[in-house]
Amino acid sequence: MSLRLKDLYQGFRDPQTIQALAKQIHSTAQKLREPLAIMEVCGGHTHTIMKYGLSQVLPSNIDFIHGPGCPVCIMPKERIDQAITLAQMDNSILLTLGDMIRVPGSKSSLAKERAKGFDIRALYSPLDALKIAQENPDKNVIFFAIGFETTTPMTAAILEQSLALGLQNLFFHINHVLVSPAVHAIMQDDSCKITALIGPSHVSVISGAKIYQPLAEEFQVPIVVSGFEPVDVMQSILLIVKQVVADQHRVEIQYSRAVTVEGNHKAQQLIERYLELRDHFRWRGLGDIPLSGLQLKPQFSALDAEKVFAEYLSDEPIDDHKRCICGDILRGHAKPKACNLFGKGCDPTRPLGSCMVSSEGACHAYYKYAQVILPRDITVQKSQPS
Amino acid sequence: MKRVELSHGGGGVESQQLIQNLFYRAFGNEILLKAEDAAVLAIEGQVAFTTDSFTVSPLFFQGGNIGKLAVAGTVNDLAMMGAKPLYLSCAFMIEEGFLWSELETIVFSMAAELKKCGTKVVCGDTKVVPKGAVDQLFINTSGIGQIIAPLHAFPSGQGLKKDDAIIVSGDIGRHGAVILAARESLNLQSDLQSDCEVLWPAIQALFNAGVDCHALRDATRGGLSALLNEWASSSQVCIEIDEDNIPIDDAVQGLCELLGFDALDFANEGTFVLSVSAKQADLALQTLQQFTFCQNATVIGRVSDFQAGLVILQSPWGSQRVLEWPKGELLPRIC
Repeated sequence: MSLRLKDLYQGFRDPQTIQALAKQIHSTAQKLREPLAIMEVCGGHTHTIMKYGLSQVLPSNIDFIHGPGCPVCIMPKERIDQAITLAQMDNSILLTLGDMIRVPGSKSSLAKERAKGFDIRALYSPLDALKIAQENPDKNVIFFAIGFETTTPMTAAILEQSLALGLQNLFFHINHVLVSPAVHAIMQDDSCKITALIGPSHVSVISGAKIYQPLAEEFQVPIVVSGFEPVDVMQSILLIVKQVVADQHRVEIQYSRAVTVEGNHKAQQLIERYLELRDHFRWRGLGDIPLSGLQLKPQFSALDAEKVFAEYLSDEPIDDHKRCICGDILRGHAKPKACNLFGKGCDPTRPLGSCMVSSEGACHAYYKYAQVILPRDITVQKSQPS
Repeated sequence: MKRVELSHGGGGVESQQLIQNLFYRAFGNEILLKAEDAAVLAIEGQVAFTTDSFTVSPLFFQGGNIGKLAVAGTVNDLAMMGAKPLYLSCAFMIEEGFLWSELETIVFSMAAELKKCGTKVVCGDTKVVPKGAVDQLFINTSGIGQIIAPLHAFPSGQGLKKDDAIIVSGDIGRHGAVILAARESLNLQSDLQSDCEVLWPAIQALFNAGVDCHALRDATRGGLSALLNEWASSSQVCIEIDEDNIPIDDAVQGLCELLGFDALDFANEGTFVLSVSAKQADLALQTLQQFTFCQNATVIGRVSDFQAGLVILQSPWGSQRVLEWPKGELLPRIC
């Protein structure tokens, strides 16, 4: 019998399992001495929590803080402007992934520029970049590479194949960033309210859970690497609650069907072959974080769009609105409604700050659900900590 | 290989050849063959009138082609108003160099769909434009239908009533999934067929059975999400949907899992939703399930006064979330 895709996820969405886990979390969470503020670092987990309404089946002393793990939300405006500039050059085709296309820079977005007639394409498979470069030998094809450790090996793989094919017209604008330095920047703030972390799924498949060990030790917080399905997230929350109750702060892997401590060596080697740490990267909402991003190694600078087209590109930082409090929201200091701009000048159609940009951002989620009084008829009633 | 040339749209001998050898052969009926400047129609009572333009890439997909779509789309818009589709106009915008054989296939598949509901093409137009001016072929159809829904039971997006049952006529999202999978850039293979279908026979059966459809609509672009949101908003009611009851084919769900889409946002071309009083739900289901294309018809939710204007999805483990309007173009999740 062949394996069906359904077999891979069905069990992880099983209502009875979710309810059983909710019950266990409720009973264990009664032993919590203070409320838990769990940051789910990755936008994928934010999506799971929202889509499956998980916070509604959890006790009221467990709260989520939506983290910075959405590659689209954290892209500073000046780099989106760079993508737009690259797309506007003569003879260029700009390639990028998914949502990136609709995020506004300082004046425009890639989608708006595409409507003006510039050749901008959202790829389904990044490897299509090779084909597009081969089919358009007289054009500069520029891959605006985005994402955390998850998508980085793919960029390295494209680069490797491009070199093997001897392509002269495929360039890379690297915006790959790293999870740990960003989480570190948030956690090291003295007033940071986060008491536990749900570690990203797919980042960890590549990097291994080992990258979180220093965070768990330095900040004394439990970190559980979780899968993306609702049962995964519920089980991870249970593991976190158990650790807190037992006064532990370990890195645990719930997503053991895909994640190991060491990660994917081949992918890591591929990244190391072509990319190196960037001195600093400016994160939208968090600001400049040292050693938090990647760039092409100097020997590949002939393919580095930032170098090749340097004369056209401005590095000038473009900040979000000065009253935007995304940084505080990411650190768990403030809820979106505390922001003066929330819904007044800043909304999902005209985002002024990172948290309003993508549907995975905290402000965006609050904006959509603000008018709704939920839940009703919740099977597992919320319980107060005793 | 014979191709459509600019001269075929020039109004001369070649145009006449195209019209007589292809369009008359496929669509021929006494009104069309009169070949006057306009068709003269005699219709009794109230009529419904609608128009739609069709562009799809690829033109041929599993379960249909642009021609089938162009007939089903307009016929279904009439049917959803409780109108028997009587007459269609049909305009083709053809890119120079388009394969004659493909045009023939498309036109004859239109004729086959028309037959299913007894609808006639009574006027038409052909433009052939230079290469690059359109993407292969665009079709516009307009349709006129005779309202047969009783006046007191006219289906409307504003007609939803508290405690109504919300019924979907089949599994959702197949057309959207087929088109997405067929895109060259995705290179996916599946046996999935588009749900593209002329729905009038099923709608007629509902009226004949005495089902009082408070609201009736086909879930085309924007899918089930857009349709339910439109209704909740126009009728100022809350629509509560049991997520587990929404029929979704495994292959459609699989595609969504792979790319991070939601089947509720996918377009349908032969799947519709109706709102009927709870006591008529069984009658509606029995009536629909006689048709092959409605075999999976099922109740997916109900109308309430919980939160007017919102669609709420109930998960099987007791949580709720708001089903939003689909927005922007469908883009795959990044990681």
